[in-house]
Amino acid sequence: MAEVWTFCEETDGGPSSLGLELLTKARKLGSATVLYVGAGSPQAWQVLGEHGASRVFHFNHGETLAAAPVSTATAALAADHSPDVILFGQAYTDRDVAGRLAARLGSPVLSNAVDVTLDSAGRVGSRHEISGGSEIAEAVFSSSGPHLVIARPKSFAAEPVGGPTPEVVPMDLPDVGRSNAVITERHVRERKGPDLEEAAVIVSGGRGLGAAEHYSLVEGVAAPLGAATGATRAIVDAGWVPYAKQVGQTGKTVKPDVYIACGISGAMQHLVGMKDAKTIIAINKDPDAPIFTIADLGIVGDVHKVMPKLIRELSAG
Amino acid sequence: MRILVCVKQIPDPANPSRFDPETHRLIRTEDQILDDTDRYGVEMGLRLAEAGGGSVTLMSMGPVGRAQGIRQALAMGADQAVMIEDENLEGSDALTTARILAAAAEQTGFDLIICGTESTDGYSGVVPQMIAELLGVAALTYATRVEVADDQVTIHRQTSAGYDVVISGLPAVVSVTAGVVEPRYPTFRGIMQAKRKPTETLSASDLGVFISIGQEVVSVLPAPEREAGMIAEDEGEGHLLILEKLREVKVI
Repeated sequence: MAEVWTFCEETDGGPSSLGLELLTKARKLGSATVLYVGAGSPQAWQVLGEHGASRVFHFNHGETLAAAPVSTATAALAADHSPDVILFGQAYTDRDVAGRLAARLGSPVLSNAVDVTLDSAGRVGSRHEISGGSEIAEAVFSSSGPHLVIARPKSFAAEPVGGPTPEVVPMDLPDVGRSNAVITERHVRERKGPDLEEAAVIVSGGRGLGAAEHYSLVEGVAAPLGAATGATRAIVDAGWVPYAKQVGQTGKTVKPDVYIACGISGAMQHLVGMKDAKTIIAINKDPDAPIFTIADLGIVGDVHKVMPKLIRELSAG
Repeated sequence: MRILVCVKQIPDPANPSRFDPETHRLIRTEDQILDDTDRYGVEMGLRLAEAGGGSVTLMSMGPVGRAQGIRQALAMGADQAVMIEDENLEGSDALTTARILAAAAEQTGFDLIICGTESTDGYSGVVPQMIAELLGVAALTYATRVEVADDQVTIHRQTSAGYDVVISGLPAVVSVTAGVVEPRYPTFRGIMQAKRKPTETLSASDLGVFISIGQEVVSVLPAPEREAGMIAEDEGEGHLLILEKLREVKVI
């Protein structure tokens, strides 16, 4: 049976949803081992077991930046256990560990995967959305394993199977000398309204809003719908809204029931983050905007005219 | 302080590239511009050099004989550029790119290497970490703020919850997110000076890097298309169509 390892960073005291998505995929490919980074707890092990983990390597990194010591320790583990695949998610610490581990092992890493395959001969392949999701590239590893793959969030659904609590192996973190970095403070930004990644409805704004103060139109539509608010990279870079709201390649990947894109032209970098929404509604004054090619309903018009009327109707109930 | 800034020339996004159906590699358009997100790294390098004294050297691996994008970064104020061009590097993966850049950094000498978080065209997002591992130094990633003092670098590292303050000694690799600083526009004087700034061109063998690419793209297929929706011009009642759609999908 193939041996598949998955990375999981602790989030809010337990396994991240991304980590559970990867684990669900891993157990379908073979025997699943989790590389768990964080404080850990009996509850966390139970959740990992329920999602099909048979073993957990536990790295409690404390105030040390995880990437260097975790990748060093994982390289040693990989030499002993020869996993076929090590799966990471497209997330901050995942990418840091994957990059360092790849360099240490001399193995290539395939990023932005939306699927991973393993054939009967043990060949590992992956599928990648390219060109803003309009094309799918299939890649295979021509090198020997372990094969490192970084998958986009929400590529797989997290499903519990009700397995027993896995074997947990506490790992010592090696001294990495000059590669060491230390976390001296942690700042948690206060969250207003529903979480982008969990919300059923998202209202997002782009440069077509015209100015930072017009983002209030997005908030105005979102409030009566109980929706989360999102943004394009362009207006995040312009400083109109914080990075946490960014949807797209370099921001969050979302799959809501309804995505309302306001003044968003639909650059590839944005589309990859939201095109899997069940229903897409777009308002943009340029009839040739790429967002209209994926919209279920497209209104060619001025956001400053359409949105205030929409807000009035929604608020009137 | 010797600051190296990794930059990439990419095909002008206004002029999209295509995949070659035979080789599954990017057919790049002739126009090569500085990746927009790299302007933040260049700006950060210039500010640190201006504040603490030091030089800014650009490092770039890219297509043979193209320097338009590099000149853009020199015009912003970087002192010099090291370009690695080699026909054998075409279709390189992230690890090969990192090996080349790490070897070039070692040859040039450095205290701090600044990279963008990921390129706009390839977006593997792992090259900075790979460079750090190959050089045996810390990688301070996703920085929204960078300070250097007393042989130590401090950053604000973007996290999903907010940010962490992270510290390491020098030398180190820092990757910066877009928006970290407002990049300056080249002045006319900068543009003129850029033409006379020293540039060095190296090949993979000059750096002693053996090229081996461990992955292969076997097919590129069109993704399943979304069914075309309804597009309507707003003539004062566009909002009603939206309300109707929201009712149809039972959101209201």
